[in-house]
Amino acid sequence: MPTMTIAKAINAGLRTALAGDESVLLMGEDIGTLGGVYRVTEGLKSEFGGDRVIDSPLAESGIIGTSIGLSLRGYRPVAEIQFDGFVFPGFNQITTQLAKLHARSKGQLTVPVTIRIPYGGGIGSVEHHSESPEALFAHTAGLRIITPSNAHDAYWMTQQAIASEDPVIVFEPKRRYWLKGEVDTEDPGTSADPFRAHVLREGTDATVVAYGPLVPVALAAAEAAAEDGRSVEVIDLRSISPIDFDTVIASVEKTGRLVVAHEAPTFGGIGGEIASRVSERAFLSLEAPVIRVGGFHMPYPVAKVEEHYLPDIDRILEALDRAFSY
Amino acid sequence: MGVELPTTEFSDIPDELWLELEAHAHEAAEGHSAVVRLLDEKGGFAAGSKLADAVRALNPEDLRAMYRDMAMIRRFDIEATALQRQGQLSLWVPLRGQEAAQIGSGRATQPQDYLFPTYREHGVALTRGVELGELLRLFRGLSNGGWDPRETGFHLYTLVLAAQVPHAVGYAMGIQRDAARAEARGEDPGDPGAVVAYFGDGASSEGDVHESMVFAASFKAPVVFFCQNNQWAISVPAEVQSRIPLFNRAKGYGFPGVRVDGNDVLAVYAVTQWALARARAGKGPVLIEAYTYRQGAHTTADDPTKYRLSDEERMWLERDPVSRFEAYLRAEGIADDAFFADVAAAGDALAAKARADILSFEAPSLEDAFANVYAEPHPLVAEELAWHREYEAGFADTESAVDADRAQEGGR
Repeated sequence: MPTMTIAKAINAGLRTALAGDESVLLMGEDIGTLGGVYRVTEGLKSEFGGDRVIDSPLAESGIIGTSIGLSLRGYRPVAEIQFDGFVFPGFNQITTQLAKLHARSKGQLTVPVTIRIPYGGGIGSVEHHSESPEALFAHTAGLRIITPSNAHDAYWMTQQAIASEDPVIVFEPKRRYWLKGEVDTEDPGTSADPFRAHVLREGTDATVVAYGPLVPVALAAAEAAAEDGRSVEVIDLRSISPIDFDTVIASVEKTGRLVVAHEAPTFGGIGGEIASRVSERAFLSLEAPVIRVGGFHMPYPVAKVEEHYLPDIDRILEALDRAFSY
Repeated sequence: MGVELPTTEFSDIPDELWLELEAHAHEAAEGHSAVVRLLDEKGGFAAGSKLADAVRALNPEDLRAMYRDMAMIRRFDIEATALQRQGQLSLWVPLRGQEAAQIGSGRATQPQDYLFPTYREHGVALTRGVELGELLRLFRGLSNGGWDPRETGFHLYTLVLAAQVPHAVGYAMGIQRDAARAEARGEDPGDPGAVVAYFGDGASSEGDVHESMVFAASFKAPVVFFCQNNQWAISVPAEVQSRIPLFNRAKGYGFPGVRVDGNDVLAVYAVTQWALARARAGKGPVLIEAYTYRQGAHTTADDPTKYRLSDEERMWLERDPVSRFEAYLRAEGIADDAFFADVAAAGDALAAKARADILSFEAPSLEDAFANVYAEPHPLVAEELAWHREYEAGFADTESAVDADRAQEGGR
């Protein structure tokens, strides 16, 4: 089984999709000759031609809007948005057009567009390069949103997004692009369904739900908690829309305590949605309120202080302490 | 960009005319007042140009059909406006005054073409064979556009201004690729079609129009940008959208722009055919500015007396596209009293049908709205639909219980 970084796994997933289906096209800023600012699309233009791996003008609304038009003509475009904070010029096209066309047409039209967005902080970058805007999109019906946390999932989820008849946004954890892992390119195994959560570590005392870049942090926190005698279950959510509540609820019914961690601000975030659902469906199993760990209600701070902003092992452990204090 | 469109032949308008128009377009970019026109305000025909010759070659039957479309959609528009006033539509977006721009451009398209309308292109819809009742359904609050765009090549209405314009460019990029692939396989791609993107003077200010023109120019996409400058974006005059004539903007993107008299159906038809032929031949986009006037309100919720002068409205009524074309057809002996009476009767019948249809439309249920949120199964939608059904079923119980009570009371 080959070992590769998440970036390479996405690259391999894109290559497989391009090779397997002539209607698949890639479009974005600098994705062709340069291979993308993170080299995720490296080598694909020379392999599949500029006709299929398109260096677009620098215009996000145009990238999404023309991708919609290409999909109406029968293509399966994969649009890359260079950084999380630059998706907003395309926000109108994504939320008012892409998300709604299938419904508006009473199901007659499908718009199988995939949007890849590197997201999250921890890379010491300048403004608008470290954000986690997933909740803004999760609030919009018609979109599916997934986020891999490891190379195997990155390989398969990229292809699953492209194969979906619905528009899918893949949030790629950019600070984990160089995280290596084994990829079974023959068999997705338990990753066959991109919208199912994975229990990565079993536990009995508390559950930590995380996704994307915080999954390794959650696993490390569970390891640290184990040293204190606490058995913590860790769930990689994988899909942000839809959310696999069944897996989360089953875990909470077992552990009685839940911490949800994401880089995005807690207010109005995915953690709040999970807390609400768990309180509705597993109220009597809860030993403590659901605790959220996430960013503060502020614009993403400057790089020199981001380590105090981003949830880390200690922040998750502190949240677990609070959960155990009830 | 590796895509090269194969050259396709299009014989309705001779090559010399295209060249003439292209020359005109480049010339016009320098001057501000140039406008392509064949019919003057009294319906007099300006002969003596190649453009005129090309239109002269049009079949009298086609010309009458063109008039019929214009008159029919005007009559339909009047009826729909009245239906809104009578509470049968929640809103209507009148097209009155823009019949020539819409019928002329719509009739210039081919079945294999694909058109992206705004929300006022009722005339174009007619030329593409869209069932007009679907437009009424939309404005009655029954659908967001129920026709199948793949059947008519007429996309759904788009209410977010200019959002459909990049879709048009993307669709055109798809056509390019289809043709290139067919060629690569050694097949004759035939005429794979071209695309028309409709928008107005107001929407021309939207960033999506700019981005679309950049993409279209860079990739030489086979798309015609058809801007109906009807002078008013609700209450804001076109001068606030652009300090130069809109068609001049094309030059900045590197493709031709032409201003056509949007109340002259023959000129609109000829110029649109030229632009589409150019697009089919792989020469890239054209911007057509159809200079016209919105004779009515922006929508039935609007009151133009608040922002424009009746003198201006009167001046534009003298340029009315329908009566101008009627004058031409009469002067040329192409149509007579009997024809116009026949068209008027057909218009009244269409209006009566619209009125009858609207009362026969069945209301959709909210359940329908759950069905197409996603193309593939979605657990949250399924869960909410189940809850909704159960909740609604609870009312049914109450209603049947009430009915049963009533029945019992009646029996006593």
